[in-house]
Amino acid sequence: MQRLKPVDVVIAGGGFVGLTLAKEITKRTSLSVVVLERGQPRKTSDYAAGMDELDYALRFRMMQNLSEETTTHRHSSKESAVPIRQYGSFQPGTGVGGAGEHWGAISYRFYPENFRLASFLREKHGNRLPDGLAVQDWGFSWEEIEPYYYQAEQLIGVGGKAGNLKGKTVDGGNVFEGTRSHEYPLPPHRMSYATTLFEKAVRELGYHPYPVPTATLSRDYTNPDGVSRAACAYCGYCTRYGCMIGAKAQPTNVLMPVLAKRKNFSLRTGCSVRRIVHNNGKAEGFSYIDAAGNEFLQPADIVIVASWTLNNSRLLMLSKAGEPYDPATGKGTLGRNLTHQVSQSTRVFLDKPLNLFMGAGGLGMCISDFDGKEGVDGFPGVLRGGNIRLMTTGEGPIGGFGAVPPGEAEQEWGSAWKKAALRWHDRAATINTEAEHMAYRQNYVDLDPTYTDKYGDPLMRMTLDWTAHERSQGAMVAKIQAQIAKAMNGRAAPPNSRLLEKYTVTQYQSTHVNGGAIMGTSPENSVVNSWMQHWKMPNLWVVGGSAFPQNGSGNPTLTILAVTLRAADALIDRYMKHPGGLA
Amino acid sequence: MRRREFLTLPAASLGGALFYTLAGEPLRLEAQTGDIQVPLRFFTAAEARVVQAACDRIFPSDESGPGATEAGVVIYIDRQLAGPYGRDKCRYTKGPFVDSVPEHGYQGKDSPREIYRSGIKGLGNFADLAAAERDQRLRAIEKTAFFRMLRQHTIEGMFSDPLHGGNANMIGWQLIGYPGPVMSYRDEIDKLRGEAFERKPRSLAQIVGHPVVGWEEEKD
Repeated sequence: MQRLKPVDVVIAGGGFVGLTLAKEITKRTSLSVVVLERGQPRKTSDYAAGMDELDYALRFRMMQNLSEETTTHRHSSKESAVPIRQYGSFQPGTGVGGAGEHWGAISYRFYPENFRLASFLREKHGNRLPDGLAVQDWGFSWEEIEPYYYQAEQLIGVGGKAGNLKGKTVDGGNVFEGTRSHEYPLPPHRMSYATTLFEKAVRELGYHPYPVPTATLSRDYTNPDGVSRAACAYCGYCTRYGCMIGAKAQPTNVLMPVLAKRKNFSLRTGCSVRRIVHNNGKAEGFSYIDAAGNEFLQPADIVIVASWTLNNSRLLMLSKAGEPYDPATGKGTLGRNLTHQVSQSTRVFLDKPLNLFMGAGGLGMCISDFDGKEGVDGFPGVLRGGNIRLMTTGEGPIGGFGAVPPGEAEQEWGSAWKKAALRWHDRAATINTEAEHMAYRQNYVDLDPTYTDKYGDPLMRMTLDWTAHERSQGAMVAKIQAQIAKAMNGRAAPPNSRLLEKYTVTQYQSTHVNGGAIMGTSPENSVVNSWMQHWKMPNLWVVGGSAFPQNGSGNPTLTILAVTLRAADALIDRYMKHPGGLA
Repeated sequence: MRRREFLTLPAASLGGALFYTLAGEPLRLEAQTGDIQVPLRFFTAAEARVVQAACDRIFPSDESGPGATEAGVVIYIDRQLAGPYGRDKCRYTKGPFVDSVPEHGYQGKDSPREIYRSGIKGLGNFADLAAAERDQRLRAIEKTAFFRMLRQHTIEGMFSDPLHGGNANMIGWQLIGYPGPVMSYRDEIDKLRGEAFERKPRSLAQIVGHPVVGWEEEKD
């Protein structure tokens, strides 16, 4: 292994988190920053020829190559796990920008009590909480994170409408949200026909619709770094694709234009980080292997792990940087509080062409009347809810084909099915929900004892299943979705009720897997402090969704960015001046 | 090296002869005459005949419009199987292979190529059967990985961009009124209120002005 010349900061992962930290550090200091990215370089001009549903949405050309590395899954610690051999309930990215290139740009904030969920639930329910609940407080308050949310919204250009501006309730926004210090940087999108039908129906039902916040630009926009991007053209090639005009915020169009000009920044692609090298409570750097198979040690004063959620935890485990969690004893912190999100969707068949191939990530309307703490008290067993929304994000002709209302065709092939599928094509919108997934003692990650990656290193093993709480959440949202479908005068195909019976890896749910290297208030309950600094190694920072003690209902990227920006301030303004554990 | 195999098709059957108008009415253009020969990359000619016959039952050519045969679905599937998808380039294929619960999906060792090869063998003299007997035989294998794949690939071959070898002359897109990839709907996104956007479909290559190479062309 070749030992390279030391640098000031080395970062594993060239996605939203790693490149945001690199941008902040190289702007505010003269320190040298090296980002190691396992995948290939990418740029906006690569994406025009990428408007191909087959290769991108079905063959996953932008995602991690599962033949090289995947995750294993089992439902409980009594079973042995099997590999997730093909996509998949979640879809990690690879290459510069990571999953931030193919994401859907939906940019919700979490609710204030999400950050103190353990305290909140104790205050509300006392000891009447589900068995094994392992939710925790994050270690910071709404007031502390709110400015960073706004910074993140400005960085990527989120459009939406505030529902709680400086404490004043504003009709047309999310009236249940935490207090905002500012209006959104951009207005909402113009709305497609299907979303206006949803809006009308939920308004008639007495709910409070608001535009889904999204970082697909509703107008041309220049962010505080001076990066200009064009407004969205609603081409519909959005989630699972890279944006050909840079309207969807991606690390390659928001962060790389700034970083490319910085002399103290360098990006090495095709470099897979394999270990955090550490000695006596100090991280020395990363060992990595390049595309040609050469191995290097890159020493640095500050070592930052910023890859996708599960890869963060896995790198820590492979490097023996932390005590692995044991669900039997509750001891150890590394690997605990694995969460995903609770998804349910209802297809609504309407009798008019909807042009669902048009759209944009996050173009849609939402209600939060049964989200967070709202509306759940009437539903036995439900502690936390989820959003309910109708979005037209761009439906391809392959993925969109074949849905027929219940009872219209006996089998899913042949003349009768074809006739019904053609009759109903482009007439089925989807009402979907993502609900909070709380943490439980039995859901965690560790290293798989059997299956390995292309280098022979153990894969990450998920032990994860749904509980009665998630099934109750599913029943609640299915009921409301059906009510809305009816109010839209549509025929509804109800959610797949089996989806929450047992966790299934075969159906896409979201890429919002979180936890594993969580933040918290003490080394006894967490891997990192609330600034993402490793409790045992002050010069090691582990940043991303891996740090979430439990998941919110909103898509987590904006919260990941806010937490990252807060970490950047702590790292630059405090740690760099006085290296050591932050208190 | 494998012997060159060809799929022989009456020219009139493939794509060009039958167009769908935007109003949804089938319109038969002047039929081309004679046979065309399509070089196969993976299937033998006999295998291609079976797959074509099966796809034609899944998505038939009938009174509701053209189907898998006119779209050239079998050509699409042949190319997919010959390419990286067919040999499982992005699937995790390390052992041990163990049976698990349905929630863990396909856990087998066989690649799509192998699944097709043995699945086709299982269909026997399928191509020589009458429609009703073909349907009966397909119903018997409805729950298998092979059939699920065949059905999914038939839909893909109908509606994927023609760069992948199916959807000949965008016949699938014409059938469902899909305009192909369109760079901008800024003028339409909030204007159409339950009316279809109608435009003659254009392929990705036509939109970007140069040929686009699919993943299936990637060499081993």
